[in-house]
Amino acid sequence: MASITLKINDKNITIDADPKMPLLWAIRDLIGLTGTKYGCGIAQCGACTVHLEGNPVRSCSIPVSAASNKNITTIEGLSEDNSHPVQQAWIQEQVPQCGYCQSGQIMAATALLKRNPNPADKDIDSAMQGHLCRCGTYPRIRKAIKTASQLMNQKASAK
Amino acid sequence: METSAKNLSRRNFLKLTGLTGAALSLGFYSTAKAKEGSIVSTDTANNLGIELNAWITIDTTGKVTIVNHRSEMGQGSYQAVPQIIAEELEVDLNDVNIVFGVGNNAKYGNQITGGSSTVRGIYKKLLKLSATAREMLKLAASNKLGVPISELYAENGFIIHKASGKKLGYGELVEAASKLEPPKDVALKHPKDYKILRKPLPRQDTPLKVNGKAIFGIDKKLPGMLYAVVERNPRFLGKVKSFDDTAARAIPGVKHVLKVQMNVFSHKREGVAVVADNLWSAMQGRKALKVEWDDAGFEHHSTEQLYSKMRDQLKEEPISFKTKGNFKNVMEKETRKLEAIYETPYESHSCIEPVNCIANVTGDRVEIWGPIQGPDWIQSDISTQLGIPLENVTVNMTFLGGGFGRKAFTDYPHEAVMISKEIKTPVQVVWTREDDMTQGPFRPGMVYQCKAALTDDGRIRGFETKMAGQNMDHQNPGANKGSYNSSVTEGFLETYFNSLPHYNFGDVPLESPVPVMWWRSVYSSTNAFAFESFMDELAISVNKDALEFRRQHIWDERYHELISKLEQVSGWKSKSKNSGYGVAITECFSSIVGEVVKVSKKADGKLKIDKVWAVMDCGWYVNPDTIRAQVEGSIIMALGAAIKHETHFKDGKAVERNFDTYKLPRITDTPEIEVHIMENDEKAGGVGEPALPPFAPALTNAIFDLTGKRIRTLPFTLEEV
Repeated sequence: MASITLKINDKNITIDADPKMPLLWAIRDLIGLTGTKYGCGIAQCGACTVHLEGNPVRSCSIPVSAASNKNITTIEGLSEDNSHPVQQAWIQEQVPQCGYCQSGQIMAATALLKRNPNPADKDIDSAMQGHLCRCGTYPRIRKAIKTASQLMNQKASAK
Repeated sequence: METSAKNLSRRNFLKLTGLTGAALSLGFYSTAKAKEGSIVSTDTANNLGIELNAWITIDTTGKVTIVNHRSEMGQGSYQAVPQIIAEELEVDLNDVNIVFGVGNNAKYGNQITGGSSTVRGIYKKLLKLSATAREMLKLAASNKLGVPISELYAENGFIIHKASGKKLGYGELVEAASKLEPPKDVALKHPKDYKILRKPLPRQDTPLKVNGKAIFGIDKKLPGMLYAVVERNPRFLGKVKSFDDTAARAIPGVKHVLKVQMNVFSHKREGVAVVADNLWSAMQGRKALKVEWDDAGFEHHSTEQLYSKMRDQLKEEPISFKTKGNFKNVMEKETRKLEAIYETPYESHSCIEPVNCIANVTGDRVEIWGPIQGPDWIQSDISTQLGIPLENVTVNMTFLGGGFGRKAFTDYPHEAVMISKEIKTPVQVVWTREDDMTQGPFRPGMVYQCKAALTDDGRIRGFETKMAGQNMDHQNPGANKGSYNSSVTEGFLETYFNSLPHYNFGDVPLESPVPVMWWRSVYSSTNAFAFESFMDELAISVNKDALEFRRQHIWDERYHELISKLEQVSGWKSKSKNSGYGVAITECFSSIVGEVVKVSKKADGKLKIDKVWAVMDCGWYVNPDTIRAQVEGSIIMALGAAIKHETHFKDGKAVERNFDTYKLPRITDTPEIEVHIMENDEKAGGVGEPALPPFAPALTNAIFDLTGKRIRTLPFTLEEV
């Protein structure tokens, strides 16, 4: 066991954990943020995606020690009031069905739009192909990413 | 903020972040809409106001709470049930609380969320009881204002007196209304007057599902709760011979190691549970376990054995189910005959939220929380298993991270109850992905033999389907293994039973230790591949267009309208030359769905799916956007079972253990999908499942159209064609 400080959603939280514990379980069970989901444990489904220093990572496959003192953003840190353009787009296009995989989908989409504000269809498919959705919301994910891109561009030009 | 917390619990975290325990247990609020409502609660609505009926509770401030008595697994009951009620109750859907009902068959009727039955099973009752509640509120207002009820109308949570403009809120009236005798035979609105129904209203659960606030079973916590994972025998009939838990108990956080049995139909599945104060420790403890299995005395089956048995069984006479005329006689007389064998795979449900359940057993009382499709079934099952009164078992539903039939079964709650009973602590049992994928129950694998005789002018005179595969009912304790499977006709258009002069549907059941369970659209998901592939083969054998051939055998205008719509939207008559088009039309859970798939070849010669057109006729409906979403999702799930994945068995164990080998469809596999909904006055049919069955045969029919290759075994890959 080790004392590890995580900078999660702009808060510093120190936990006492097995350094080998995957970041996913530290976030869910030790810190109590359950928006990040377990799906496969082997980085195949993307449900556990969080941002580590702004990059999308599979928290099920990163030991908590590797995230020590690094900036982590989870779905809860995107916005609490659903004001983030990706959340707005997800609502507008009515993407979720069961909703379980959507935290990971949204975190991946957010990271995509950050590095590519105007993604083409193939950019969307390639950025999102690591994310499984058993309900089959993929057609709406494609649409929502385009919508989010528009919302973000509108926001940027309004500034 | 710097916080040092040793094993910071969720409860402490919530304190630190300013959320109280009450907010946690009552649920969460949709801040996006800046409204008070959208409480996701596992409590009954009793403390939320005065109950006008089982579904509607109103408090004295006028706050309306509507119970969703079915599970929400993505299909939209959380939206549909309130959307129906709000229409006749005359309230704004955005102002109501929605709560999940607990398992209570006496109060809500059947709650098993399967067979696409939520809306079609109860919409008339919900419309009527909502209109009745509204009339009771009007009557209470009439008494209070001293004016005739005929001068009053309801709108947006108020009863209004037309002449004077006086209005009374539902909150001021509910107490008096609740004491009135409910009126009989209230009039219901004509669909053309609907303000809420049939509108593509945004789902009430969406805001909770884009910020992590929706609580799924795996997210639910109870004070003092421990976590368990179970090393179960990978062979379905195997037992635990012995185990060494020395190393497991040495893992920090591990509290208990115990043998556990759960009921899987008539069998007892055995395993060793490791219970710890966090899930990761429990998983580490499980890895450190040494278990010796007893796998003697039963066959260690393989996929090859199962299918070779089924193929052999097709030589046997089927247990007859549905027959008309004299099929055998027709087959002897007619000269134009066709016969084909179709095979479909075993499949895992693979909800992205793996199976999990919380149980808290205290004395002779049990409380359960989880992603559950059949709360009333689980309540009665646990009551029977433990020999305790029904009312001592409380089953609470959370949101489900997918269900598809898997979470309608009783095994995993039973296992959680057995562990909690033993350790006398609330416990959450979480199945890892590998557990979820290898332990079943699965969609049963099937082999079909179809035969038909045609007249000289190309009409079907006799039609037979023989199905070899597991009958789910035969798994139940004391089941009659000689009983037929009445699901053998599922997926077939009802109208054909009128038009076909001779037919015979029967099954030759496979008895196997593989546990099988409903998988989205159930037997239709496999039957339809046989029926609609064979229809295509028959049409081709007499040189007829696939749509025209079907039209010849349809006597009912409703089906003709769907075919015409499908023909029009898909551009069937102006098909492009370098593409293949395939069609399939099926009927499942009282809805008719037709799909056209278009395929073509890429530059490298490999096949690709260009587009899918779907026409859904589900009769009376609630929300067209939900229908579109369900059709899209059903097609993508069908695509998985057609060209992406299959569960194999080897040496008595399931082979595929995770998504690296069981490859679900991804965004890159997703074709363009165009959905159309038929508008008519028919009764409501199902929505969540009926669009799944036609996809696979429409795809293989399209591939035949393009390449001349007939695919009769699923799954296949587009690359190998």
